[in-house]
Amino acid sequence: MSAATPTVQARPPLWRNVRVLRWAFQAGFLLVVALVLLYLWGNLTGNLERLGVRTDFRYLRQPAGFAIPDSDFRSSQNVFQALLVGAKNTATVAFLGILLATLLGVIVGVARLSTNWLVRRTAALYVESLRNVPVLIIIIFWWAGILLRLPPLDDGSDVFGVFSISNRGLVLPSLDRTGGLGVFLVAFALTAAAAAAIAVWRTRRFDATGEPHRRVLWAGSVLLAGLVVAFLVSGRPLGLSLPEGSQFATAGGLRFSPEFAALLIALVLYTASHIAEIVRGSILAVSTGQSEAASALGLSGFQRLRYVVLPQAFRISVPPMGNQYLNLTKNSSLGIAIGYYEMTRVTGISISQGGPAPQAILVLMLFYLGFSLFIALVTNLINRRLEIKAR
Amino acid sequence: MSGVRLDLQEPLPVPETEGPPARRLDARAWARENLFSSKLNGVLTVVFGLLLAWVAYRMFRFVFVDARWEIIERNITNLLVYQFPRGELWRVWAALYVLAASVGFGVGAAGRRSSLAAEADGVPRQGRSMVLRRVGPLLVLVVVLLVFAQSLTATLLVAGVAATAVLFRVVGQRVPLRRARLASLLVLVGIAAAYLTITAFGGVPRDRWGGLLLTAFLAIGGIVISFPLGVLLALGRRSSFPAVRIVCTAYIELIRGVPLITILFMSAFALGFFLPPGSERPSAVTRALVALVLFTAAYVAEIVRGGLQGVPRGQLEAAQAIGLSPLKTTRLIVLPQALRNVIPALVGQFISLFKDTSLVFIVGLTELLAVAQNITKQSDFVAQGLFVETLIFAAFVYWAGSYWMSRESQRLETRLGVGVR
Repeated sequence: MSAATPTVQARPPLWRNVRVLRWAFQAGFLLVVALVLLYLWGNLTGNLERLGVRTDFRYLRQPAGFAIPDSDFRSSQNVFQALLVGAKNTATVAFLGILLATLLGVIVGVARLSTNWLVRRTAALYVESLRNVPVLIIIIFWWAGILLRLPPLDDGSDVFGVFSISNRGLVLPSLDRTGGLGVFLVAFALTAAAAAAIAVWRTRRFDATGEPHRRVLWAGSVLLAGLVVAFLVSGRPLGLSLPEGSQFATAGGLRFSPEFAALLIALVLYTASHIAEIVRGSILAVSTGQSEAASALGLSGFQRLRYVVLPQAFRISVPPMGNQYLNLTKNSSLGIAIGYYEMTRVTGISISQGGPAPQAILVLMLFYLGFSLFIALVTNLINRRLEIKAR
Repeated sequence: MSGVRLDLQEPLPVPETEGPPARRLDARAWARENLFSSKLNGVLTVVFGLLLAWVAYRMFRFVFVDARWEIIERNITNLLVYQFPRGELWRVWAALYVLAASVGFGVGAAGRRSSLAAEADGVPRQGRSMVLRRVGPLLVLVVVLLVFAQSLTATLLVAGVAATAVLFRVVGQRVPLRRARLASLLVLVGIAAAYLTITAFGGVPRDRWGGLLLTAFLAIGGIVISFPLGVLLALGRRSSFPAVRIVCTAYIELIRGVPLITILFMSAFALGFFLPPGSERPSAVTRALVALVLFTAAYVAEIVRGGLQGVPRGQLEAAQAIGLSPLKTTRLIVLPQALRNVIPALVGQFISLFKDTSLVFIVGLTELLAVAQNITKQSDFVAQGLFVETLIFAAFVYWAGSYWMSRESQRLETRLGVGVR
C-alpha cells in the first residue's frame, strides 16, 4: 500500500505566504517613504546649492547682527547665543504662564460649580467668552488695545513710588545685591532646615495628641525671624531697588516690557478658560457619594473640597492639564506677532538677516519638540505617581 | 450546566419612578436659596453683582457711546472679502446660495435619520425654543454684519439665503431614507460647487480672496482635506504592520509637538526649497493651506484613533467570523462606528482650526484679523487708535462662529448619546 496520498504541502508558495507578503508590503511601504524623503532631500540640497545657501549649521556661529532689548545680548554675539536668549524668554513665559493659568483656572473652574447663582454665571461668562476667541486676538488686544494705550511715562505713572505703570511697561521693586551673599545664604539655608524640622515636629505632635498643629504658623514665623536675623547679621547684603522714573526711561527695579506682559496675560486668561473646563469636568466626575459622605462626617464646604473632592479630581485632571500646558507653551510662539523676543521671533529675525531658512526652522521645531517632550515627561511622572495602582 | 442564572443576563425592569415634583419658587425664595444661602454667599453676591454691573456698564458705554464704529461701517466689504474684485461679488452670493441649499438639504436628511433613531431610543424631541437658542449666535452675527452694512440688497440676499436653507431642509426631510445616506456626500459636493462658483469660468482665483472669505476657505478647505488624511494616519497608527505604525506615529507626534506657526513658517519660507528646481512656487494661500492641512491631519488622526480604540473587539472578531476581508472590515464595520463616536471631538477640532486660521496673518495673508489691522492704517483712520474697535469686531466674528459650533457639537453629543452607551 504505497498509494501516493497527497501530502499536505508544508509551505504555501511564496506569493501566498502571509508572512512573506507582510514583509514585502512593509518593505515596499518603507521604500516609498524613503524615496519620497530622498526626492525632497535631493531637491532641498540642489536648490540650496544653486542659490549658494550653505547646507550646514555653521550659520549658528556667525554674528547675529541684531540686538535684543531687555537683555545683555548685543548684535556682535552669534546667532546661537541669540537663540539661547529666545529660548530663555520662551521658557520664562511658559513657566509663569503655566503657574498663573493653573491658579486662575482652578478658581474659575470651582466657581463654575458654586452654589451661588451669580458666581456660577460670572464664571460661565468668563469661560464662554474667552474660549471661543483666537488667542492671537487676545494677545494683540492686550498689547495694542490696553498696555500700549497706558499713559506715557511721567510723574503720574509712579504708584506710591514703589512700582510704575506706563506704556513703557511695568516696573516692580526688586532686590539688588549690595554685599557678600555667602554668609546670608548659609544662614538662610540653616533657617529653612530649622523651619522644616519644626513643621515635621508639629505634624508628629498633631498625630500623637490631636492638639492643633498650626504648622504653617510655626514654621513661617521661625523662617521669617531667621531671615531677619540673618539679614542683619550678614551686614545687609541685599538692597531694595525702586523704579526711579525720568521722562524717558526708568532705572532700577524689575522691568516687564508691555510685550512680555501682554503675552503673559493673554496666555494666562486664554488657557485658564480651558483649564477651568477641565477642572469642572474632573470635579463633576468625582462621584457625588464622596462629597455626601464628607458632609455626613461633618466636614465644612471648604474642607469637603480641600480634603475629599479636589484630591480625587486632581488625579483625573492630570492628563488633560498636561495637554493644556503643552498648548500654552506652543502658543507662546505667538509672541512673534507683538514683537516679544521669544524663540520663534529670534528665529524669524535670523532668517530675515540672511540665515538659511530650512535649517533655522528645523532648529526651531527641534526646540519646541524637546520642550514639549520635557513637559510631557513631567506630566507622565506626576500621572504615574497619582494614578490608582490596580492589578 | 444547571445553574445558569437568567436573572443576571436580562436587564432588570426599570422601576417606574416619578421624579421629584417640579419646584416653583417665588423670586424671594429663589434669591434666598441661590444668592444669599449663607453669609459668605451674600458677600460674594454683592461683590460679583457690583463687578458684573461695572463690566456691563463699561461694555454698554463702549459699544453704544464711546466706540467709533465708522471704520467698520465703511470697511465692511473689506473685512468680509478684502481685495476681491467688486464686480465679481455676485459669485460670492451665488456660492452662499449653493452652500445654503446643500447644507440645508444635508441637515434635513441627516436630521431625519437621526431623529428617527432618537425616537426609537426614546430621546425626547427638542422644542422650537431650542432651535432658536442653537442658531442664536449665528443669528446675532448676521444681524450685526447687516447693521454695519446698512444695505437693503444685502439684507434681502441674506434673507434669500436663509429661506433657501430652510426650503432645502424641508426637501431633505422628504427624501426617501435610502437616499438620505448620501447627505454627507452631497454637502461635500455642495462645498466643491460653491468653491467652483467663485473660481471657475473666469472667476476669481483663491489668491485674491481675503477677509472672512479667506478665513472660511482656509477653515473649511483645511478640515475637508485633512479629514481623509487624518483617518489614514489613524488607521496607519493602529496597523498591524510595524513599519507603517512607526512612520505614522512619528509623523503624528512630530507635528503635535511643534506650534502651528513653525509649520506655517516652514511652508512660507522653506516649501519652495523642497520642490524640483524650476517649478513654479505655489501661491501664499496654497502654502498656508498646505501647512494647515498637514497640522490638522495629525490632530484629526489622534481623535479618530480614540474612536477606533472605542470600537469593541467583538465587532472586529464578528466581522472576521463572517469572512469579511480586512479592508471590508475596516470600511464597513470599524470606521462607521469609530467616526460616529468622535463627531463632537471633530467639531471641536474644526473650531480650533477656525480660530487658528488667524495665525496665517503672521506669514502675510490678509484674512479677517489682518484686514482688521490693515484698515486702521487707512488715511482717514490712521493714528486714531482704532485698534480696539477693529479687534473687537474681529473677535466678535470669531466668537460667534466658534460659540455657535460648540453649541451644535454639544447638541450632537447628547443626540448621538456619546459616552452613554
